[in-house]
Amino acid sequence: MILSALFAHTPPSLSAAAGGGGFQTPSTSDFWWPLIGGNNNSFAFTRPSLVMLLTVALLGWFFISVASRLSLVPTKRQWVAEQIYDFVRNTIGRDVIGAKDFKPFLPLLFTLFTLLLVSNVAGIIPFVQFPTTSRIAFPMVLTAVVYVTYHVVALRRKGGFMGYMRSLVPDGLPGWLKPIMFVLEAMTYFLVRPLTLALRLFGNMMAGHLMLLVFIVGGEYLLLHTGSVWLGGAGILSFLFTIVMTAFELLIEFLQAFIFTMLTALYLSDAVSEHH
Amino acid sequence: MHGSITYLGYGLAAIGPGIGIGLIFAAYINGVARQPEARGMLQTIAFTGMALTEALAILGLVFAFVFKNG
Repeated sequence: MILSALFAHTPPSLSAAAGGGGFQTPSTSDFWWPLIGGNNNSFAFTRPSLVMLLTVALLGWFFISVASRLSLVPTKRQWVAEQIYDFVRNTIGRDVIGAKDFKPFLPLLFTLFTLLLVSNVAGIIPFVQFPTTSRIAFPMVLTAVVYVTYHVVALRRKGGFMGYMRSLVPDGLPGWLKPIMFVLEAMTYFLVRPLTLALRLFGNMMAGHLMLLVFIVGGEYLLLHTGSVWLGGAGILSFLFTIVMTAFELLIEFLQAFIFTMLTALYLSDAVSEHH
Repeated sequence: MHGSITYLGYGLAAIGPGIGIGLIFAAYINGVARQPEARGMLQTIAFTGMALTEALAILGLVFAFVFKNG
């Protein structure tokens, strides 16, 4: 009820729970949450946009304030920043791309990792509680950046368009296999990679958040609206299970940020390698 | 009972990639246990394989939503 007073549009499952109507299963429509700009406006300023702005502000403040006061004996905050940078630099950058070529890509990898980590974890921070990446637009834009980057790098490294196309087919294949291999590899490079990169992140974040929503909204309904002791007990169990699933979500959120950055590094390493 | 059969379909479609990813990481853990210094190289291979295998499950998830109303 407070929610519906605050926002022009409240997702159906939440407003139904507040209004005491029948139980409405949480669905994908719960992720559409415009704050300013109206209900049917595709350009409305939505709740994930707000979370994204907060994420960027937090990251900017943290890393700028740390970087402006670097010391040989690190403070606690500097230590945290160094640990994150070290992880991205060594585990993701150097080990995947290779010690020779990884340096120019570190800013991209580090930005992607920290941005994804904070905006994913926003899904379980109290009062923020909305993983930005559970709206497809955000993974799509990040994937577009990665897609353009690895194609441009590959075009430069492999001597123009023809060189790039030639590098898609591995050496030493029999002649009749080459066209088939070329079609398969071209599909992987141009279609499957961007599609799966965006959808993996989006799918994991949306499914995880939806699952939490099912347990919370369902638990609330069982506890308050059924009037039965047994079903109320089931509602309490559902709430307890939500706590377990929240811890599980934290793991998934970290893992997805890591995998996205890791795969970006992997595609870049394909682009800079001399042979296939 | 009413609802959409696509959810059931997605559950079935996720079995294959689930087994596949399990096999990939089992092999990766085996490899690292036997030869810890090969970790970096194996990690790259394992994640490439995982990306390819998981693509099937992700396509299934998308098609579950695409075919839900069609």
